[in-house]
Formats: sequence, C-alpha cells, structure tokens
Amino acid sequence: MWVRSTMAYRASFLMVTVGNFAATVLDFAAITLMFSHVDTLGGFSLAEVAFLYGTTSTAFGVADLVLGSMERVGRRVRDGTMDTLLVRPVPILAQVAADRFALRRLGRISQGLLVLVWSLTAVDVAWTWDRVLLLPVMLLSGSAIFGAVFVAGAAFQFWANDAAEVQNSVTYGGNTLLQYPPTVFATELLRGVTFVVPLAFVNWLPALHILGRPDPLGLPGWVDFASPVVAVALCTLAGLAWRAGLRSYRSTGS
Amino acid sequence: MRLYAAVAMNSFRRYATYRVATAAGVFTNTVFGFIVAYTYIALWDQRPRLGGYDMSQALTFVWLGQALLAAAALMGGSFQEELQERIRTGDIAVDLYRPVDLQLWWLAGDLGRAGFHLVGRGVLPMVLGGIAFDLWLPGSPLTWAAFLLSVALGLLVGFAVRYLVALTAFWLLDGSGVTMMSSLLCLFFSGMLLPLTVFPGLLGEIARVLPWSAIFQVPADVFLQQHTGTGLLRALAFQVFWALALLAAGRAVQSAATRKVVVQGG
Repeated sequence: MWVRSTMAYRASFLMVTVGNFAATVLDFAAITLMFSHVDTLGGFSLAEVAFLYGTTSTAFGVADLVLGSMERVGRRVRDGTMDTLLVRPVPILAQVAADRFALRRLGRISQGLLVLVWSLTAVDVAWTWDRVLLLPVMLLSGSAIFGAVFVAGAAFQFWANDAAEVQNSVTYGGNTLLQYPPTVFATELLRGVTFVVPLAFVNWLPALHILGRPDPLGLPGWVDFASPVVAVALCTLAGLAWRAGLRSYRSTGS
Repeated sequence: MRLYAAVAMNSFRRYATYRVATAAGVFTNTVFGFIVAYTYIALWDQRPRLGGYDMSQALTFVWLGQALLAAAALMGGSFQEELQERIRTGDIAVDLYRPVDLQLWWLAGDLGRAGFHLVGRGVLPMVLGGIAFDLWLPGSPLTWAAFLLSVALGLLVGFAVRYLVALTAFWLLDGSGVTMMSSLLCLFFSGMLLPLTVFPGLLGEIARVLPWSAIFQVPADVFLQQHTGTGLLRALAFQVFWALALLAAGRAVQSAATRKVVVQGG
C-alpha cells in the first residue's frame, strides 16, 4: 500500500530516492574532501575508510529500510493512533515496521554498496577464507544490531514519547561514528561503543580483522568473530524491551 | 507589527512546550559534536592551520555548527512541511483570505522557533563542548554583537530559501522531494559538513558565494574573527544581499502561485 501511495507522486518519489542517494554521497564527499588534504586519517587510507564507510552504511541501510519507521512510535503514542494497531490481528511490530514503508530508502543501501565495492577493489587485503567469510557475516549481523537499536529505541518511546532524537543519536550517530577509523576516537568513547552500546560489532571489530589492523582496545582476537552472537543477544533484548513497552502502553484517550 | 510579534512569541512558546524533545535534541547535538570533533582533531593534527583555522578554532567551528543546527534548520525541518500540507489540502485558501501577509506570517513563526532553538538547543551543547575541548572564544564584545547580527541575518536567508522551497508545492503538490534536496544542499554548502574554506579550488570559491554560506559559514567566521574591519562589513553585506534577494524572490513566486489557487466548494 505504502509503496503504491508514494508512487502516486512520481516526480517527488524520484527526487526523494535520488535525494537519499545524494545524502549519503555528500557524506562520503565530505570524507574525500578531507582526503584531498591528507593521505591518511587516524592511520587509515581512503580505501580503508571507504571500506568502513561501505560496511556500516549498507548495514544501517538494510536496518533502516526494514525498521526505519519505528521512530514514529512516539508520535503514535502521543496522538493515540497506536490504538488502531492494537485492534488489528497482525503483530504490532510488523505493522509499525510496514507503516509508511519507504522504498526510497533503497538509495542509502545502494550508495553504501557502491562505496563498499569500490573499496574492495582499492583496498590492499590478503583474502584468506576467514576474511572472505567474515564479510557477509559482518553485513548481516551489522544490520541485525542496527535493527535491534531501532526496536529498542521504539520501545523506549512508550515511556518518553517525544524523545525520538535520542534514538537518532544512536542510529544516525552510530552510523557516522563507524564511518571513521576507531583510532580517531578517544578510548573512553571506544569502550562505550564496545561494551555499553555494542556498535563496534557492526563493523569496527570484524573490519579490523579483515584489514589486518590491531584493535586499539587490545581485545582478544576471537572478539572479531563475535558479531553474530552480539546481534542475537541484542535482538533478544530489544524484543523483550518492545514487549515490556507495549504492555505498559496506556492510550492517551480524550 | 504587534501581530507578527505575537505570532513569533506564540511559536517560541509552542516549541518550548516540548521539554523532553529539547533535552533529547541537546543530547543528540552533543553526541554528534563529539564524533565530528574527534575527526577534526585527526585532520588538523596532520594539517595545522587547514582552511585558516588553528585546532581550537576548528573545534569551535564544530560546536558552533551543533549549536546553530536546530536554530538555522541546517538539516531542514521547521515550517515547510506544515505549509506544504496546507497547500496540498487547500487550507492555504483560508490563509490567503486573512488580512495578514503570508510571507511575514510564516517568517514571524519561523523566527520564534529559531529563537527558542537558539537558546534551548544552542547554549548547552556549546557549554558541554567547551568543557570537553579547548574552544576559541572571542574576547571583544564587538565581535559577539557582530556574531549575533550575523546569526540573525543567516536565519533570514535560511527562512527565505526554505520559503521558496515550500512554495514549489503549489506546482508539485507533494513537496517532500524538493524539500529533501534543498536540505541536502543546505547541509553541504552551509559549511556544516566541512568548513567551506577547506573545500578545494573552484568548488570552494563557488560554495562561498552561494546563499547557503550566508546561513552558517559566515556567522561562524564572524565568531572566529576571520572577518575584521571592512572585511566584516563585506561579510554582513553579503548576507544582507542574499536575504533581500531571496525574500523578494519568495514574494514574486508567492504572487504567481496565489494567482493559480482555485477555491473549491461553496
């Protein structure tokens, strides 16, 4: 339905899709502009930064396509339209995800993939079997981790119903953070995104293994392969949070 | 005049009601400020005085960006969606029938919103940034006054651009595509992603004369005392030029658009 409805305004759909593509292109353009002044950033070359950029943007893009509408939960709680979803015989999570499902978000994924493919041709990596295998695993678990953050953020909005921006700081902020090499940031920040909100498992830790870089926190080597486990754990937690949120939901009424 | 002041005041109050949302916004601005600040440190570590800024000036640039982001609507937002919705549904006919000027009405509302965001979402991230990093603050009160004037002019230019964009809904009905494109151009060419003085060659020269640079790059440079003496006057004149040109363009488009409004029903 939402796909058809957005198609009704063709010119606008086209512009928004191109816009989504351009939005991420400009992000990457800013990085290349930085590299017009330096050869390495935090010790990483442009191709290596592009690899980090491509992996996080693709993972974030997938999560955003499937669950990006979750940020509307706050508004639904505020205006009471959440009730409409509760009386329908379809899982509420699926309904919220499908609400205003926006194909235009494909723009973000395609740009992420383009940068990723380019970086793979430019980056200097000895492709052993574990590294080859780690790449799809990283993209899948990365998408799942970002997805869990979207769901957890939506669950949080049952309590704080106009704080959608806090979620943005983790999702969009996390995506921006992971585009840059971990060596750029202070260690407290790295600890935070490894142990508190484990975003480092989206791409930093597996990517460091693929690029053959030491990890600035000096964690044991198996951590680089832990992303799927972290993803499953986070999705479980997010699911529990969502159910708890839904149970505590009280309609606004009038 | 009193009417428009009342509109601005009400708009200020309207945004002030959302306290949790404002706190959430401050949190987000601070998180982004930290992320961008670290990347700038990595960059300026290797290229001290890049773009004419030293390290602490570059870091101040980052936090000024976060402080002005919401007020100047550098990532879009604010009134366009509302105005476009009124155009799409036809409610605009009621607005045109009122004895107020449409452009001034929306300008007053937008200035009220910007005023609240300047205080509500501007001051605190700047203070937090100042605690965590070594920021560069101008000593002279004259610079602070010039900065506030420059911010106000930047807000005018920002409004004028967004008003023009919103009016495209008269022709396109759904204006979300144009709105998005315009926010992107604003984000990139205002200097928010990277200072325009760091843009290389011709791209930089073009970026610096486009209207978007009047929204953020110029106020930030006034704060960082990159413009002094007659240079300062020239920078402010540049902003005045774009504000007047774009507001006049908005007026022309508005009268062309209202001539095509057909009121349905009786």
